[in-house]
Amino acid sequence: MVAPSLKLQDLIEEIRGAKTQAQEREVIQKECAHIRASFRDGDPVHRHRQLAKLLYVHMLGYPAHFGQMECLKLIASSRFTDKRVGYLGAMLLLDERHDAHLLITNSIKNDLSQGIQPVQGLALCTLSTMGSAEMCRDLAPEVEKLLLQPSPYVRKKAILTAVHMIRKVPELSSVFLPPCVHLLHERHHGILLGTITLIMELCERSPAALRHFRKVVPQLVHILRTLVTTGYSTEHSISGVSDPFLQVQILRLLRILGRNHEESSETMNDLLAQVATNTDTSRNAGNAVLFETVLTIMDIHSAAGLRVLAVNILGRFLLNSDRNIRYVALTSLLRLVQSDHSAVQRHRPTVVDCLQETDASLSRRALELSLALVNSSNVRAMMQELQAFLESCPPDLRADCASGILLAAERFAPTKRWHIDTILHVLTTAGTHVRDDAVANLTQLIGGAQELHAYSVHRLYNALAEDISQQPLVQVAAWCIGEYGDLLLEGNCEEIEPLQVDEEEVLALLEKVLQSHMSLPATRGYALTALMKLSTRLQGDNNRIRQVVSIYRSCLDVELQQRAVEYDTLFRKYDHMRAAILEKMPLVERDGPQADEEAKESKEAAQLSEAAPAPTEPQASQLLDLLDLLDGASGDAQHPPPLDPSPGGALVYLLDLPCAPLPPAPIPDLKVFEREGVQLNLSFIRPPENPALLLITITATNSSEGDVTNFICQAAVPKSLQLQLQAPSGNTVPARGGLPITQLFRILNPNKAPLRLKLRLTYNHFHQSVQEIFEVNNLPVESWQ
Amino acid sequence: MQFMLLFSRQGKLRLQKWYVPLSDKEKKKITRELVQTVLARKPKMCSFLEWRDLKIVYKRYASLYFCCAIEDQDNELITLEIIHRYVELLDKYFGSVCELDIIFNFEKAYFILDEFLLGGEVQETSKKNVLKAIEQADLLQEKTETMYHSKIFIGFKKAY
Repeated sequence: MVAPSLKLQDLIEEIRGAKTQAQEREVIQKECAHIRASFRDGDPVHRHRQLAKLLYVHMLGYPAHFGQMECLKLIASSRFTDKRVGYLGAMLLLDERHDAHLLITNSIKNDLSQGIQPVQGLALCTLSTMGSAEMCRDLAPEVEKLLLQPSPYVRKKAILTAVHMIRKVPELSSVFLPPCVHLLHERHHGILLGTITLIMELCERSPAALRHFRKVVPQLVHILRTLVTTGYSTEHSISGVSDPFLQVQILRLLRILGRNHEESSETMNDLLAQVATNTDTSRNAGNAVLFETVLTIMDIHSAAGLRVLAVNILGRFLLNSDRNIRYVALTSLLRLVQSDHSAVQRHRPTVVDCLQETDASLSRRALELSLALVNSSNVRAMMQELQAFLESCPPDLRADCASGILLAAERFAPTKRWHIDTILHVLTTAGTHVRDDAVANLTQLIGGAQELHAYSVHRLYNALAEDISQQPLVQVAAWCIGEYGDLLLEGNCEEIEPLQVDEEEVLALLEKVLQSHMSLPATRGYALTALMKLSTRLQGDNNRIRQVVSIYRSCLDVELQQRAVEYDTLFRKYDHMRAAILEKMPLVERDGPQADEEAKESKEAAQLSEAAPAPTEPQASQLLDLLDLLDGASGDAQHPPPLDPSPGGALVYLLDLPCAPLPPAPIPDLKVFEREGVQLNLSFIRPPENPALLLITITATNSSEGDVTNFICQAAVPKSLQLQLQAPSGNTVPARGGLPITQLFRILNPNKAPLRLKLRLTYNHFHQSVQEIFEVNNLPVESWQ
Repeated sequence: MQFMLLFSRQGKLRLQKWYVPLSDKEKKKITRELVQTVLARKPKMCSFLEWRDLKIVYKRYASLYFCCAIEDQDNELITLEIIHRYVELLDKYFGSVCELDIIFNFEKAYFILDEFLLGGEVQETSKKNVLKAIEQADLLQEKTETMYHSKIFIGFKKAY
C-alpha cells in the first residue's frame, strides 16, 4: 500500500524537529527514498509536491540530481501548479552543464507562444536565469515577438530576457537593437527600465551601437527631467525620490553615452546639475541617485564647475552619519584623487578625520586616500596625523601605514633631519612592520647627512636604550653607534639635551643586544661589527671588546663565528691595520651597495688582511678602490665566493689570492717524466686577468746521445676542465741538449676543480718507438685553486 | 547582480538565487566562504565589503542576512534599496514576515523575487505591480487546482 506522501510543510517541520545532524540526515534519506519511488512510479498528481520537498532538502545541501527529469515533466504539464514548481526546479537544479537542460527548450517555446501571461512569465524568467547559448539562439525569435506584445507584464520580462540573451550570444544584438528606440517612448516604468538596461548592454558590446544610441540622449534627458520634476507618485517613489531605480539606470546609460563625447556631455550638463542640487539627501534612496550622478559627472566631459560640485558632494558624503555613505565617498574620492587632485585636497581634513573610523574597511580607505593627498606643502601636518594614526591603528593596517609614511617622507621630506626623525619614529612605533629596505635606506640617509651624525647617533642611542626588541631600529642604531661612537661619547650636540654617556654603558648596551634572544642573527652581526668598530673609536682599552669577540669565536651561528674569528685575528695578528680597516665608511651612492653590504665589505677587508703576507698602508686605500667595484655586484659575500668570472666574482677571487695588485707568486716548475735522458718539464702560469685560465708549457729536453724524433705529446684533463693544445714548436729534440720542444696547453678551470693531467708521449729514440702514458702527480695546488 | 543569498545567524541557507552559471560544488564553496565572512562582521561595520573580485552588499533584517554580489560598476547604495524593496514585498505578502515564513514557504519567496528581479536586473519598480502579479499567479494556481482536483476526484473517489 502506498502511504500518502508527506506535505511539504510537514516535511519541513519534521526536519526542523531533528535534534542532531545524524537524525536530520536520517529523516531526509528516508524521505528521499519515498520521493525517488514516487518518481519511478510516475505519479502525476503529487509530482509537484515531491519536487518541492526535494528542492527544500537541496537547499540544505543534500543531493537532488534525480529530480532533474521530473522538472522536465512538470514543465511540460498543463497544470499551472506543476509548471510553477517545475520551472523553479529547472532554475535550481538544471544549468548549462547538464545535457538535460536543452530538453526544456521545446516546453519553453510552447509556453511562450500560448498566451497565458503568468505562464509566459515563468518561461521568460527561467530562460533569463539559466538559459544557455544554444537555448538563447533557439528561442530568440519567440522573445523578439514578445517585445511587441501589448501586455507590459510580458514585454518588460521579454526585454530583460533579451539582455540575458545578448550576454550569452552577442550576435543576437542585431535582433534586439531595432526595437529599442521605440521602446524608450513607453510610459511604463518596468519597460523603460528594461529598455535602458538593454541599450546599456548593446552599447557596451559594440562601438557602432554606442554611436547609434547617442541620438537618444535628449530623450533620456527628457525622461529623467520628468521624473525629477514631477510630483510625488506613491507607486514608484521611495522616501520622496521618484523611482530611484530608474533614475540610477538612466544616469548610468548617460554616463556610457557621454563618455568621450563632447556633444552628448553638453546636452546632459544642465540636467546633471539639476539632479545634483535637487535630490533629497535625507535617506539612502536619494543618496543612491546622487552618488550615481557624481559618478556620471566625473566620467563625462563636464564643465569644471560641475566637477567641483561633484567632488563637494562626495565631501559632504564624508560627513554623513551613515557609514555606508562614507564608504562610497572614500572609494570614489580615491578614484578621483589623481585626476582632480586640488578639488579633493580641499576635503583633506575630513579625510584625515575618517582615519579614526572603527570600521576597518573605512579606515583602510581613509589611509589610502590620506597617503595619496600628501604633497610638499602639507607634508609636515599630514605626517603628524599619520604617525598618530600609526600608533593606534589596527595591526593589519600597520604595515601599509608604515610603508606609506616612509614613501611619502622620501618624496616630500623638507629637511634631512625631519626625514631622519620621521623614519626613526616609524621604526620605534611599528618597527616589526617595515619593509626590509628601510634599514638600508635609513643608514644610507644618515651616512649622507654628515652634519646630523651626532644628532642621529644620540637619538638612536636613546631609542636603543629604551627598547631593544624592534629589529630594524636595533640594526640601524647598532650601525650608527659603531660608526659614530666617538661623537656619542663627546656628549655635546646642540639639538638634544646634553647626555653623558660613558664607554662602559655603550659597550654594555651593544652586548645586551648581542646576547638578547629577541635579536635576529642579522642584528647580532650588526652589533658585533659595531663593537669592533668601537675598538678604534673609544679611548679606553679594548679588553672588554676583545673578550666579547673572543667568546663569539665559538658561537654556534656560523656567520657570527666567522666574524668573531676574523675580528679576533685582526686584534691578534693585524692590529696595525685595525684602524684603517675600521675607518668611517665613505658615502655610498644611492644605487650603490646597501648598507648591509658595507658591513660585509669591511668584513671582506678583514678577510683580505688575513691572507696578505705583508700589507702596507697604500694597500688599504687600494682596497677601498677595489671595493668600488662591488657597486655592480649583488648578494652577500657570506656565501662561498661566486663561481662565475663576473667583475664582482673576479674581485672575490682576487681577495682570496695574496695581494691582488701584486703579480701572483710564480708556481714552481714540475718535472714529470724522465727516460734515458729524455725529460719532460711542466711550467705553470696563472694570468692575473683571467683566474680560470691555466697555461702549461711543456718542455721536452734531450740530454742523451740519440735524437728524439716524431715526438708527439697528447694530454687529457677531467671533464669539468677545458683543454686546448697549441701546436708544438717542433717534433724533434736533437741529442746532447739540443733545442727543446715546447708546447703550450691552455686549461680553463672556472669551477676550480682539482687539476688532474694525463699525458701520452710517443716518439722515436735509439731506433725504438716509445710510448708512455702516465698521470702527472704532485701538481701544485696553485695551478688550480 | 551575480547572486543573492539569504541565510540565518547560524549560517543556514534560506534562499539562493544564482544569476551566473556555476557548478554545484562552486556554489557550495562560495556560499560557505561568504556566509563565514559576513557572519564575522561586527554590527557597527558598513554594509559593503570586497570579496574576491566582487562587491558584496549585505543587510541584516532580524535573524536573516540578505546578501547580494554585484559587479564593479554597480551602485552599492541602490543595491541596498533593492534588498529593502524585496523585504517590503515579502512583508506585504506574508503580513509581517519573519524567518519562519520564508522557511515554510520558500517557493513563494522565490516566486516573489522572480517578479521583482529578472536575470539579475530590476524588472518592476512598482511595489503594487509586483504584488498584483503574484496575486494573479496565486489565483491562477488556485483555479487550476480546483478544476484539476474536481477532475481527478471523479476518477479516484474510491481510492481513499
